[in-house]
Amino acid sequence: MTLLPPRAKPGDRKLGLVIDLDTCVGCHACAVNCKEWNTGGHSAPLPDHDPYGTDPNGVWFNRVHTFEAGKGTDSRTVHFPRSCLHCEDAACVSVCPTGASYKRDEDGIVLVNEDACIGCKLCSWACPYGAREYDSDSGVMKKCTLCIDRIYNENLEEEDRVPACVSTCPASARHFGDLNDPESDVSQLVKERGGQELMPELGYKPVNRYLPPRARKREQSPSGVGAKLEPLVDLAPNRDNKFLRWVDRVLSR
Amino acid sequence: MPGDFLNPEEQINLSPQIGDETKTSTCYMCACRCGIKVHLRDGQIRYIEGNKDHPVNKGVLCGKGSAGIMQHYSPARLTKPLRRVGERGAGHFEEIEWDDALQIVSARLAKIRARDPKKLAFFTGRDQSQALTGWWASQFGTPNHAAHGGFCSVNMAAAGLYTIGGSFWEFGEPDWESTEYFMMFGVAEDHDSNPIKMGLSTLKKRGAKFVSVNPVKTGYSAIADEWIGIKPGGDGAFVLALIHELLRADKIDLDYLVRYTNAPWLVIKDPGAADDGLFARGPDGEELCWDANTDQIADARLAGVAPKIVGEVRLDDGRTAVPAFQIMAERYMDDTYSPEAAALRSGVPAHHIRRIAAELAEAAFDKEIILDVEWTDWAGRKHDKMIGRPVSMHAMRGISAHSNGFHTCRAIHVLQMLLGTIDVPGGFRYKPPFPRPCPPPQKPAGKPDEVKPDTILPGPPLGFPTSPADLLIDEKGAAQRIDKAYSWEAPVSAHGLMHMVITNAWKGDPYPIDTLFMFMANMSWNSSMNTSGVMEMLTDRDGETGEYKIPFIVYSDAFWSETVPYADIVLPDTTYLERWDCISLLDRPICSADGPADAIRQPVVEPDRDVRPFQSVLLDLGARLGLPGMTNEDGSPKYPGGYPDYLVNHERAPGIGPLAGWRGEDGGSEGTGAINPKQLDRYIENGCFWSHDFPENQRYYKHANRDYLEYAAESGWIGSSDQIVMQLYSEPMQKFRLAAQGHGDINPPEQHRMRVNGYFDPLPTWYRPLESHDGIEDEYPFYALTQRPMAMYHSWGSQNAWLRQIHTSNRLYMNRTKAELEGLKDDDWVWVISHHSRIKVQIRLMEGTQQDTVWTWNAIGKRSGAWNLDTDAPEAKKGFLLNHVISELLPPKENGYRYSNSDPVTGQAAWYDLRVRIEKADPEEAADATTYPQFKAQPTRGGHSLRDNILRYGGLFKPVSSKADNQDNGTGA
Repeated sequence: MTLLPPRAKPGDRKLGLVIDLDTCVGCHACAVNCKEWNTGGHSAPLPDHDPYGTDPNGVWFNRVHTFEAGKGTDSRTVHFPRSCLHCEDAACVSVCPTGASYKRDEDGIVLVNEDACIGCKLCSWACPYGAREYDSDSGVMKKCTLCIDRIYNENLEEEDRVPACVSTCPASARHFGDLNDPESDVSQLVKERGGQELMPELGYKPVNRYLPPRARKREQSPSGVGAKLEPLVDLAPNRDNKFLRWVDRVLSR
Repeated sequence: MPGDFLNPEEQINLSPQIGDETKTSTCYMCACRCGIKVHLRDGQIRYIEGNKDHPVNKGVLCGKGSAGIMQHYSPARLTKPLRRVGERGAGHFEEIEWDDALQIVSARLAKIRARDPKKLAFFTGRDQSQALTGWWASQFGTPNHAAHGGFCSVNMAAAGLYTIGGSFWEFGEPDWESTEYFMMFGVAEDHDSNPIKMGLSTLKKRGAKFVSVNPVKTGYSAIADEWIGIKPGGDGAFVLALIHELLRADKIDLDYLVRYTNAPWLVIKDPGAADDGLFARGPDGEELCWDANTDQIADARLAGVAPKIVGEVRLDDGRTAVPAFQIMAERYMDDTYSPEAAALRSGVPAHHIRRIAAELAEAAFDKEIILDVEWTDWAGRKHDKMIGRPVSMHAMRGISAHSNGFHTCRAIHVLQMLLGTIDVPGGFRYKPPFPRPCPPPQKPAGKPDEVKPDTILPGPPLGFPTSPADLLIDEKGAAQRIDKAYSWEAPVSAHGLMHMVITNAWKGDPYPIDTLFMFMANMSWNSSMNTSGVMEMLTDRDGETGEYKIPFIVYSDAFWSETVPYADIVLPDTTYLERWDCISLLDRPICSADGPADAIRQPVVEPDRDVRPFQSVLLDLGARLGLPGMTNEDGSPKYPGGYPDYLVNHERAPGIGPLAGWRGEDGGSEGTGAINPKQLDRYIENGCFWSHDFPENQRYYKHANRDYLEYAAESGWIGSSDQIVMQLYSEPMQKFRLAAQGHGDINPPEQHRMRVNGYFDPLPTWYRPLESHDGIEDEYPFYALTQRPMAMYHSWGSQNAWLRQIHTSNRLYMNRTKAELEGLKDDDWVWVISHHSRIKVQIRLMEGTQQDTVWTWNAIGKRSGAWNLDTDAPEAKKGFLLNHVISELLPPKENGYRYSNSDPVTGQAAWYDLRVRIEKADPEEAADATTYPQFKAQPTRGGHSLRDNILRYGGLFKPVSSKADNQDNGTGA
């Protein structure tokens, strides 16, 4: 089995994503841009089986799920992007019989060394988040690399050295950074917005965080739930002129 | 790396080169027109990303845009001009050479032009070159031209342009940075998709409130603070009730109304007179008001007058008049518009309507924004600050696609005016070249005496009628256009009625045509109502002559769509990455509220097939036909270089061409200026767009801001720098109504009078969508409509290997509680039955749907074999179109006449008026698990290398993971 690197200490880097469920409208930009980048990137290609046929299905590192939570008019339509969470206690790594699945010491990114992968799929069974993508065409497991060929890429401008999904998101619902650094923008965002782990009870210590929707401002105006405008008194039914209030208004063009 | 195994540590190339070349261009995966950077490697497309410098998308790119590679390499791409062999519709063609195709088409068109140019119907679809195509139609001399606006959003355009001189759509935007209260009506994923996503994110981060009014809680509605699940078509009633509440509480901005709208203009009150309800005018035609300063009637547009907004005035001729405001207040303060009445019509509970009115008032008046920006008004008066009311609104298809959409959209604009929130800080902002006069002065050309053999039209085929004299009708009042636009059936049809062209041409009503020439409009499928019927009309033959009732069809498209098999000649277009294009200020520009902008597309890769860009083909045809604007005096083509030649060298007026940037011989002019032969190079150097930022003092109050108005006039956007006065009360509407009452020389034929009189109301009104009538709830209890999925643009996405994995088929969505009451459960097969037809579909239940509404995703269903998909593709077998149950004609009137299924003011296709009932399919009917109707498969087109079982796109780009490569790339930055 494969060993995990030592737990990140203060000062180490723990790179991951922070995904804002308050502004994600489910447009799939992140999913498709990820596909587009990565099909020509480190894990290239991300093949598509039967692309124009009866059962098109391909390898995607990032998928958006839409579902409803709650009942009736208070129900919420949730758009939930899902990709590898780069867990600290990544079961997909420890379960790997060949060392192909590994977690990088220097930044915590979980990767697959395709040269060592035998396609046994133990890792995909172990991953509780369904984040692994088996490429049956080449017989190896693939997964989100956190765009490792972008984030350190000296051929890109500094501000572009973020995963493709972050760079393309129209709703600014995706953020990238070092979640081990309490001063980083992403850590601050998690702190401010109460960012959450996905299924922490499983104990895999995912690095990525989800920001819950902000409190809805439904009926929260200072004037309250029963707010209404008071009609002016000259509207009483027996008044001769309901326009009285406007008759002497001095207005100027 | 620690591990039990001795595998070599993985060598990762952290700094691969993305490609060997990067080109900028403009996306065309939807109508948004974002800037893109296309990275190429060995001539293949490696990666498409948003252009950070671009004014529209600022670097982001949506799912559609990110799938451009798969569109470009789609196996559905056409490869060579085609001539039909065998029966029309069967989809059998022979490949021919371009010269033969153009010869066939130009010979036919030349004959038409020499005899009767209107026998050519030239209609384009989601065309981004309407400045060219409209001009081409004028040059040809046919009035029968429009793009798809009539079945898209002409209600928004017309209501906006006649009311505020601008419109929602992509022609304006909320002040995302400072609005406090944002209401969005009827938008799932629509114009302007990326800017809206970016804006909503900004707005939510700031803590502003976002209210979404939509029967379905998907997309943007999913992240709204408050979702108003309105009954389809009920929005107008809801909005007028908000107005009712605001008026009764006097929570309106009277200063704004008096300065910037026609609220104080005097309206003649003389029932029965020919000018009843028109504005009282002075000797020079000027509108009048009662000036409290002098206690006299005065020119209403004068600066410094103190207009009264209520009170009866005696005119010089002894008749009476009242300010437009008073007529409006009287109307909407009445209990007819109470929240209780609106609750019945809209399904929005009265207490919510009251609360939202209170919240609007609170945001507008208690959260006033004051910017310390000096500006000068139209009259030359300096103001030391800009005052804003931070309430903004956006509306689109859910308003537009109803037969009451024009009035509903006008109601939203009136609500904005009452709150004083149009083009102010925090409000809805115009994007230049808007505002324009309400409406713009262009009139449609194509009156009977204007359509003559071998003669150009005296103006553009589309425009803005303001009285019956502007209609395109004959002396008997009959329609002159094949789509009956600008006739009494749709007098203000500013974008034509493309959805009626095939039906009318098939019937020969008002006359038969010879050739139907279309560009990228999927009219035998998702772009038509009554799709099955339209397919039959396209192949129907005259019983006596045996000739097709629509004798000749020429079609240009890049892809093997459902419409291609119905063409006699197919002119294959390029993909968006192989062409020059222009996003022009003359057409549908990409400006922001802070300044004008335009853009180009440049060929990023060369076509690998025998295809040509449609716009160049059109110019070629124009030259072959000898159209004056496209031919030199010696008969040679004026634009031998095709579309890019035209983009640089065509002038619509002296100094004004398709592109506004880098004009002048040395490229030193903006907006106007001489032709610059290097103009396209300058665009490319700048990332394929041009933009200009307004100084601070021109950014708001554009309708009344002298510095802005002068800039706009100098740029040729407006005729003069006069103030643009918003039209709360619409005099053109009243002129049509008076004609229907028998006044004036031009009156509707008897059969149309009631209709014109009823719907041409000078104030926004609400009526039930035309397909609904008393008792409809018993027969057809559900409203049925479509929503646009975020990852698809109409029918285009299904050929895209990536996007079709997101939406491979569609279901009919129903409210869970309601469906369960009807005994339906998830995955049931049901019949959806309308007055017109029936379809069989599979349902899915959800919470976030208004209980009387059923809906599905737009244009996912495909005809078997279309788009070169497998004939058993889920799009064909499980997917469906709602279009089959929508009739293009309303049920017959008493006299048997069937009006088009359109807004009676604008001719806007009323897609969302549809009423249906749902019946559970019998087990044997459900057994085939296939939607109904099904059609004979159109043949798939062979020879496409990408129609493989496995697509491994990008494999060739895989970075080499060697240390040497790493170092090379590392230093090559």
